[in-house]
Parts: sequence; C-alpha cells; structure tokens
Amino acid sequence: MDGVSPEGKLIKTTCPYCGTGCGVDVRINNGVVEVSGDEEHPANRGKLCVKGSALNETVGPGGRLLYPEFRRALSPSRGRRVSWDQALDHVAESFAGIIAEHGPDAVAWYVSGQLLTEDYYVANKLAKGFVGTANIDTNSRLCMSSAVAGHKRAFGEDIVPVSYDDLEQAELIVLVGSNTAWCHPILFQRIVKEKERRPELKLVVIDPRRTATTEMADLHLPVRGGTDVWLFNGLLSFLHQHGIEDTAFVEAHTSGLARTISIAENTAGDIRSVAAQCKLQETALSEFYRMFARTEKVITAFSMGVNQSGAGTDKVNSIINCHLLTGRIGKAGAGPFSITGQPNAMGGREVGGLSNMLAAHMDLDKAAHRDLVQGFWRSPVIADKPGLKAVDLFDAIDQGKVKAVWIMATNPVVSLPDADKIKRALGKCELVVVSDVMARTDTSEFAHVLLPAQGWGEKDGTVTNSERCISRQRAFLPAIGEARPDWWALSQVACRMGFAEHFAYESVHEIFDEHARLTAHQNGPEDALPRYLNLDGLVGLDRTDFDDLQPIRWPVPAAGKGSAAGMSLAPFSDGRFQTADQRGCFVPTTPRLPQHAIGDDFPFVLNTGRVRDHWHTMTRTGLAPKLATHVSEPFVDMHPHDALICGVREGELARLRSRWGSCVVRVSLSGQMSRKNVFVPIHWNGQFASDARVGALVNPVVDPVSGEPEFKHTPVQVEPFLVSWYGFAFSRSRLPMTEAAWWTRITGEDFARYELAGRRIDKPWPQWARAQLGVAADDAAVDWLEYEDQSAGIYRAALVVEDRIEACIFVSPRQDLPSRAWLSGLFGKSSLEDVDRMALLVGEPFSPGEDTGATVCSCFGVGQKTIEKAIEQGCHTPSALGRKLKCGTNCGSCVPELKALIAQTLAPA
Amino acid sequence: MSAVTETPARARLVVIGNGMAGVRAVEEILRLDPDVYDIHMFGSEPHGNYNRILLSPVLSGEKKFEEIVTHPRQWYADNDITLHAGDPVIEIDRQRRRVKAASGLEVSYDRLLLATGSRPFVIPVPGSDLPGVIAYRDIQDVEHMLRAAQDHRSAVVIGGGLLGLEAANGLMRQGMDVTVVHVTDSLMERQLDKPASGLLRNALEKRGIRFMLEAHTAEIIGTDRVSAVRFKDGVEIAADLVVMAVGIRPNIALAQESGLHCERAIVVDDTLQSLSDPRVYAVGECVQHRKSTYGLVAPLYEQARVCAAHLVGMGHSRYPGSVVSTKLKVTGIDLFSAGDFIGGPETEDLVFRDPRRGVYKRLVLKGSRVVGAVLYGDVADGPWYLDLIQQGRDIASIRSRLMFGRTFCERNNAPLAASETA
Repeated sequence: MDGVSPEGKLIKTTCPYCGTGCGVDVRINNGVVEVSGDEEHPANRGKLCVKGSALNETVGPGGRLLYPEFRRALSPSRGRRVSWDQALDHVAESFAGIIAEHGPDAVAWYVSGQLLTEDYYVANKLAKGFVGTANIDTNSRLCMSSAVAGHKRAFGEDIVPVSYDDLEQAELIVLVGSNTAWCHPILFQRIVKEKERRPELKLVVIDPRRTATTEMADLHLPVRGGTDVWLFNGLLSFLHQHGIEDTAFVEAHTSGLARTISIAENTAGDIRSVAAQCKLQETALSEFYRMFARTEKVITAFSMGVNQSGAGTDKVNSIINCHLLTGRIGKAGAGPFSITGQPNAMGGREVGGLSNMLAAHMDLDKAAHRDLVQGFWRSPVIADKPGLKAVDLFDAIDQGKVKAVWIMATNPVVSLPDADKIKRALGKCELVVVSDVMARTDTSEFAHVLLPAQGWGEKDGTVTNSERCISRQRAFLPAIGEARPDWWALSQVACRMGFAEHFAYESVHEIFDEHARLTAHQNGPEDALPRYLNLDGLVGLDRTDFDDLQPIRWPVPAAGKGSAAGMSLAPFSDGRFQTADQRGCFVPTTPRLPQHAIGDDFPFVLNTGRVRDHWHTMTRTGLAPKLATHVSEPFVDMHPHDALICGVREGELARLRSRWGSCVVRVSLSGQMSRKNVFVPIHWNGQFASDARVGALVNPVVDPVSGEPEFKHTPVQVEPFLVSWYGFAFSRSRLPMTEAAWWTRITGEDFARYELAGRRIDKPWPQWARAQLGVAADDAAVDWLEYEDQSAGIYRAALVVEDRIEACIFVSPRQDLPSRAWLSGLFGKSSLEDVDRMALLVGEPFSPGEDTGATVCSCFGVGQKTIEKAIEQGCHTPSALGRKLKCGTNCGSCVPELKALIAQTLAPA
Repeated sequence: MSAVTETPARARLVVIGNGMAGVRAVEEILRLDPDVYDIHMFGSEPHGNYNRILLSPVLSGEKKFEEIVTHPRQWYADNDITLHAGDPVIEIDRQRRRVKAASGLEVSYDRLLLATGSRPFVIPVPGSDLPGVIAYRDIQDVEHMLRAAQDHRSAVVIGGGLLGLEAANGLMRQGMDVTVVHVTDSLMERQLDKPASGLLRNALEKRGIRFMLEAHTAEIIGTDRVSAVRFKDGVEIAADLVVMAVGIRPNIALAQESGLHCERAIVVDDTLQSLSDPRVYAVGECVQHRKSTYGLVAPLYEQARVCAAHLVGMGHSRYPGSVVSTKLKVTGIDLFSAGDFIGGPETEDLVFRDPRRGVYKRLVLKGSRVVGAVLYGDVADGPWYLDLIQQGRDIASIRSRLMFGRTFCERNNAPLAASETA
C-alpha cells in the first residue's frame, strides 16, 4: 500500500477532483513530482485542467495530519499524539459501548466521494452488515443523490446510460444547471473541440447565471432558479403536442406515460405560461423546444443545478421523461447524462455508500437483496431499514439520538447546509472521530479522535467516474507520517469489535475482489436478481492484475459468459430496464417552487457553486499558489442594480444574511447575475477567511425523495459591511490575524497573502503593524521600513531580514491599495535590490510596466494586462493569443474569459 | 586725502559691502546694462569677493582659499568698478548723498546700495574677548582656526547650528578634539525636526565629535589665552580654542546712524528700496523684508536680481520673499530642509523611515500643498520638493506617491509631469 515511485518511473493514476476522472501520468525526477495528462486514458486523452496540472503543488507535507491524536473538542490546539493502537482501541470500545447501550442506530458514519471504492466498501460492510445500522451517508448526498433517486425511479437501478464518447456523437447537447467549463473543464473541452470540428453540433445551456459555459453556448436560457420542472414538463408536452414521440419504444419499453403527460400538460401546457414561470423569453424557450424536437441525437447533461434542489429528483425525472418519450436513450449520442461532482461519487454508489442503499446496487427494502448480501458477507446482522441521510443525520446528532460519528475525508462544518448547526451538533456529540489528511480543518476542531489518512499520491485503489469508468488511483509517494489507508483503519476497528475474520484484509486488491464478487454474486443471466452493475470479469484479480488494471467501464461480463445478466454493454440499448417489469418508468413530476420564497426581509436568491481553480473546502487546492491567483477571495456576485439598492459597491465588503446564518465577502459585479440573484462560492472556510462559510446561510431544505439539500436557492439579504480601513499583508510565515475584523488568506509562492479590513485599532499604526507581523515594538535592530500619512490614515511597512523581504503590510481607509502582483514577485528574490527597496513601499516597480495584472490563465500564469496588450497588438482570437502568450493552450478553461477580454478590449470605448 | 568732487559722466552707484549680496547685485546690474552706472564698491575685507558658503570646505581642508575666490581684483578692473577693499564706509550723509570711508575718502552717489551683511553674535560672557575665542564668519576666522589646529588640541564650538557643526567638522578634520556645546536639546533646530537632528547627531558622534546639549555657557576661562569653558551648572571643559557660532546679527549700525528706518534690519519694500530714502536700496542679510530676515544665500540672490532691475530702471519684478532651503556642507552627511518643516495644528505630515539605510524623510502638507520638507540620508528629491513648495502646486493627485520622489510621481503622465518645471 505504501508504493513508492522509483526516480523517473512513470506511474499512471487518476485525478482526485471532479467526476470527469482524468488519467494522470506522474513522474518523480530528483524528488520533484511532475504531473501530466495520461494520453491513454479514455476520459481525458492526455489533457489536464488547471487543478489537475497543479496536483504536484498539493502533495507536500505542509499542514498534514501526521499521527493519530486525541483532542479535547473545541481546543484543537491541545491535541495529544497517541499510537494507532490506542486510537483504534478507543474508537472500537466507544462504538461498541454506545451500540451496546443505545443500539446500532446510535452510531453513524459520514463519509465522502473522496474515498476510494475499497474504503467505501469496508465502511459500508461494517455499518450495514456487522454493526447493523444503515446510518452511513456520504457527501455524495449533497451532490448526486437526486440523480441516483431519479435513475432508480425511472430505470429501477442507478445507471448512467451515457458515456463521454456519446457527447462526441451527439447533435445537440443540453447542459442543465452545470458550469461545465469550470467544474468539469476537460469534459467541456471535449465538447468544445467537437463543436469546432462539427459546427452543426449545437450547445444549449440552461443556467440562471451567465458563466464561462454559457459563453460558448448557441443558446442560453437564464432560467429562474428552481423552475426546471416547468421547463421540462413544458418540453414534454411540446413534444407530445407535436407528435415528437417514439411510439413503438414507448409502447414496448415504458410505463406511466398517460399520467405523466397529463400532469405535464396541466402544469406546463403552453409555452407562454412556462416562459413566464421560468422568467424566460418565449422565443428563446420555443427555440430550445424546437431544437430538441428536431434533433435525434440529443444528450441532456445535468449537474448540481438540477440535483441540489428541493425538487431535485423531480427535475431529474422531468428530464428523463423527455428522453423516454422520444426513445432517445440507450442509443449512441443520446440520453440523459448525470455528470457527477466528485471523483468517486459513483464508486461509492456501487458499494452502497448511501444510507438508503444496501450494496452493489441492491436495496435495503428488498428482503431478497438483504438475504443475498448477508449471505455473501456471512454477517451476523443486516440493516433492514434506510438510515439517516446527511442532513437528518446531523439533526439526529444535534438531538442526541446519534452519539458517535466517524467522519471521513469530508468537511461537513463547511459543506452542509445550516452549517452553524453542524458545529453545534458536533460540539455536543459524545464521540467525534475524524479521518483526514489535514491537521486543521473546520471540522477537525470538533474531533475527539483524529486519524491521519493518506493523501492523493499515497492512496491505492479504484475510483469510478461519471461514465461508469473504473480506474486506478495508484500510490507514488510514501505515506506521510503515520498516515494509513481508510479501509485499514475501518478494518482494524472492525477486528477490535470482534469481526476479525470478516475484515482480515491484507491488501486493497482483496477488497476490490470481494466487491467484484458481490456484484457478480447470483447475477448471472439465469439468476433471479439481475443487476446491471456486474464486475464478473474483474473477479479474481491478484495484486499484479489489480496493479495493471486498465480503465474499464462497467458492466464487465466474465470472459466467455457473454454480457452480464444477459444485458448489452450499452445500457438500455435493448430497451430493457432494471425495473420489475423491465420497462422504463415515466415519473409524473408536479412542479413546485423552492420551499423558502424570497420576500421583503430576504429579497435575494442565494445561489452557490464552485470557482474554476478551487475544490470543495480548499484543504488541497488551498495549498497550491498556482490555484490561488484566478479567484483569490470569497465573493458575492450580484446585479449592479441590486448592489445599488443594497448600498454595496464593487470591491467593498458585504454581509449576507439568511435566516440560518451570515457571511462577509467581497462584492463583485461581473455582469453574470440577473436581478434578485446572488452567487457565493462554496470553498472558503475558517482556515482561509474570517467569515466566509456560505454553508452557514444555506437553508436546510432537502428533496423529499433523495434528501439532497437545496444549495441553489436560499433567500438572503445583502448589506454593506462597514469598515474604517482596508489593507493587505504578505508574510513568509503564517500570521495569527487576530486584529482584523475581516481577512482572507491566499497561498502564494514562498508566502501567505492576507487581504484585510477592519474597524478601530487600539494602537497607532506603527505599533499595530509590528504586532501583526510579530516584530518587537522597540527593537531597533530589525530592518523595518515604514511610510505613514497619519491624517490620511495610510500606513505601509516592510520587514527585511538579511536583505530578503520577510513581510510587509499596507493599510488605507480606501480601496486604493497598490497592486499585489509586483510585491508577490519580490518574495521570489533571494535579496532585495536597492531599486526594489526604494519602490517597496510604493508597491510598484521602479521601472514601470512589470505589473501584468490579475492572472487569467493559471496554467501559464498569464495576466490580464499582458493579454489586453496582446489583443491591442492584433491577437483577436483565443488561438492567436495562445500562439503569442500560450494562454488557454493547456486546459483551455480560460478560453471563455479570453473571448470576453477580446470583446471588451475591441469594443469601442 | 582730497575729496572726489567732479560730477561723474554717468550716474554713480555706491555699494557698501563687498560680499556675496553686493557683488551679485552688481553682477545683475552689469548683466542688464553695464553702462548705466559708475560703480564704487567699499568692503572691509582687504581682497576681492569670495564664496562665503565654501569657507567650511576650506576649513576642513577640502578646498583652498584660491578656489573659493569668485571675484579677484582683476574682475573689478575689467568691469570698470572702483573697488575700495579694506576701507569700510563709516558714515553716510544722505542730505549731501555722500559716503565717508575709514580712510577719509568721500564719494558722492546717485544711488546707494547697502549690502553690509551681518556680523556674528558673540555671547557677552566673561572671557569672551580672550585670545583664542573667535567667531566663524570670514576667511580670517578660518585662517585663525587652521593656525590653532596646528599647535592646539582641544576645541569647543559654541552653537549647534549649521555654521557651528560645519566648524566642528572642519576642526575635527584638522585633527582637534571637538566638543559642540548647544543650548537647546537638538542640533540645527531651525533647520531640522527632532528625529532628523537625532540621526545627524549620531552620524557626527560616529565621526568623533562630542556633544553637550542644553548646556549654557557661563564663562570662558583663561589668562593670556582661553584654557577652558565653564557652564552654568559648574561643569568645566578644557579648550585652547573656542568658536562662537551662536548666530548672526544684521549689520545695520551705519544705516541706523544715517537715520534709515530699521527694525531688526534695514526695512525694505518688495523692490528692495529702503522705506526712508528712495535713493537707498539694500540687499542681503542686512535686510528685513516683510518681517523676515535671511541668513542663507538663495534669498539674497533673488533679492539682488529684483533690486538690480529697479536700479537700472527696468523695474517691474517684485521680491515676494523666499522659501529657504538648507544643505549641510559636511561631506558624507546628506541633509536637506526647506520651508515650514515644523508644521502646526493645520498641517499634515508624511513620514518615511528606513533606519537601516539611514534615511528619514518628512514632508509637511497644508491643505493639498507642500509647505515644508526635511530629508536626511537621501536628498535627491530636495530640489523638486523645494520647487513644489515655491510653486505651491496642488499635490492631491500624487499625495500617495509624493514621498517616494519625482520618478514615481511623474510616471505615466502623473499630473505634475505635465505642469511646467522650475
């Protein structure tokens, strides 16, 4: 498990970020980790996005949790190092004790789409088969569960019937609630590339926001948040009214059309009312309907905008309905396509890592399934009722019903809705066990026991991406400190709870094999319980076979046996579904608005999502300087008129409040938001900013079927966050940041940068600044430059150590601080030249023109000013810019921004 | 000696004072119209004019006297000026428009220009008349000090102002043990704020000069020559040479006797014409203009220019008074100050400190204008600040960069780059 790559040897592994699941080539050359895209991997064919390209910046030991620790909750600083044995004994005893006293449902696991399939498998087996509770849920609940539920309702099993290759055969791609360009860059690049090759391939994007994705669309429908069901019911009735139906298919292979159609017609029968409901232009809407109607090969790809909703499951089914009606499913280049958010969201689903699943795509509520699984596991018990879903799980903790929770590879204090309540709940919980790679996260502050997990590069196992493709994550670095695999920690606890024989795994490939065997167990063509998920062909892999495992899409029938369960390898291509009657189900979807409507108190709809260069709660991307430059601060994007009404200005700070919580972020008026809508990224948290956990605001509303929270629609108010001064600081060492009312930490090369703002300060600036940078007030020996314009409230100082800049701090009552770009550069210099020293406190190079502006292309670090200059000099296309500056030529995710810059720069002023 | 009686072909200008002010005024006149006057110049020193500002380099041995002579006797001859060097005027008869020199020589005038300058102030303490107690004013004083340096060890300089420090530095360079005695607690308090004067003191102490601040001289002790200085608190320090550099007093005895209106100095209007007598003008340290007197060279040049214009009848320009700037002529110490650098309740400060590089800068703003500047360690932008002060330019737009000098302020067409440069 602690595989180490010999110098220079190529290791093929898989990216740990989004659900695209790109193959990554890793080489270690004299200690330096180099990453590049895997030419042979079917998902990315050699490409990597910014985040993937910067993976090597995240594998260092900085900030890692090195040893098991006992911590008294709420005093994270006072962790006590213990041995693995002490830690595991304690966890096992405590869990056993609580189970004995309060029953199995008093303990729970909250795991993650970041886990490997094998970790997931062991956790699920322990909980459902041996502890006997289904209280194991995952952050996939926040991501995929609506799609899963939709799939199960329509198909009878959680099957994604589309692959990436289909995108390249489609004639119309409809992206719903997905900023694919930023969240799945490589997938999007494949679409863009195909579109360049085949201009007749049309792209429609349905998203309340204008995004990098909509920039590339032939048609953008800025749908009003939460009204997707109206839109697709409208489409369904439009298709029905115009006879765009595959009658033969519907007759032979589906059920429930009549009721579904009638509800669709009653709720969205005419375009005008749908357009009004969705706040769309009637012409644009009917244009979309007609495009859909006239195009055979259409893929409707959907993501968080659909899933993360109080009506998420209905949204999914309203989309699937349209594909069932037109028979555009199970065919090349057509079908409903759920794009997963996480690297192993699907792998988790395969092993039953959700509280309402059993294992291997079998169901808790089916006795036959329970018997099959229990028999296979030879387990004493088997959970027989669904466990608590993420939000309910933490409610139960808050109510004291669940007394012990083991959190793995996720950060619920940041990522769950009503996140302050999560803090409260964990604060009360009898036993909080946290397995993580990082020593300090917002969640680990509540841990009683901390278990060091292996990071990417140390982990070894498999993941499954959005297109059912299983690929290996391979270790190329030794585990840092005493970090161990999560499956190992789980197995050790299981052994200590008396299940040794069932968890005696020596190596990860044994777990994969057991999983594969379970998928194939009684899953032959003649068996009574056919499941589409079948890895028969992967049964019996030994360590070498497992290590050599190439990316492969399931189902994987055993050689010779013909296709698994007698099914074709392309799902539904034979018209057979996994329902009892093998028919695809039309699910009637009655549209409903989000539970909490905006009103006078909370007049804006808060939408949340990712930015291009960050991942989840930044525990990894936050370590990479390259990724800190694109969007460096938490922000709220809103419409200029709304900003005017709220009295907030671009670049200044605003406090957002909902009924559940608040945060303070920088105001941005990007022009991408429609009236009454605001957007805040999900990433920032207590480790990177004073007050930017948007999770604290999000309403704890969940979809009644999937239990997935409504992340895209929370009523909020926006007000100015008044400060008397703004500032920033650079430091080679991390600063305490106690004095500032608001701060964000940004990781740079060789330094941390802090953006600051504050109210009153208790001492004059010179003393204050010295205190902030940890310099003794009266130490005359230190090399301390300062500039003060007292009456203007401007102060600037720099600390130089051995002719090298160590730290600097700039404050001003206005937002007129100098550009950070040039100062950052100074930290790269081993010694400060006089000319730089003179310019230091101006914050500008002595010789003008060195400031390249905000980074647009992170891959090659090309700044906006540089690009604008190039445009003025005649580069009027992204490719021209690429030839001149290389920008946009690697991951291409900045191409939309390049286009925008070209448009702006060339527009007559 | 017989009086000069024949009436001159040209109008006659008599200049009393053969120092920098007088000579500069004459130069300006010659430049405007060499033929308008028959010029007579009287001076107490027995030679042509020299650059008094450069006495310190002579004292410190960095220059020779010949090098600082600006106007040898030949110059007067060439310009057809009658020079009476070493023959000071002792009386002015304004009724008969005549001056009488110490030699008894009398010269009549049509216009009279007083450039009598100032004389060093000597504290009236017992022993201040002893041999070895001198002022620091002219070349004789310098020669005296140089001689003393030959055969004496310890010198005491009374006065921590510009002149005092230059003298101290010079004497130290000549190998003497020098102690500077100063009444207030900070050196050059008229040119520097406290932080800068602190830096200056450190720098000079590093060079070996000792300082006694807030020391009040009570008596100078000695029999045939000075041997020690005693202070009010009884402390006594040995001294074979005492240099008094406690300031100057405008030299106005002659003017007062002739009944010209004087206050601290000869009072003149914006044309440098005396209030009492339209035929009489005055320039330099002996002048009081709009309540101020000046002890520095820059204002006196400005006065000379205006005054000359009026004397040759091309009078249009006015003298509005000067913003003075100082540079200490001590090699290796860069120090610049200008305008009102102390400031008051209605002024604002910009301060820059870089102790490691020994740099201290302070700009004093009033509204959006610079009114004063103190630069220590890096004086490159001194002249530019002085210009900003004199032009009274609005610096609001470059306030944030002002401290960092002209280069930063005038880049990318910053407002001041456009405006005219002085």
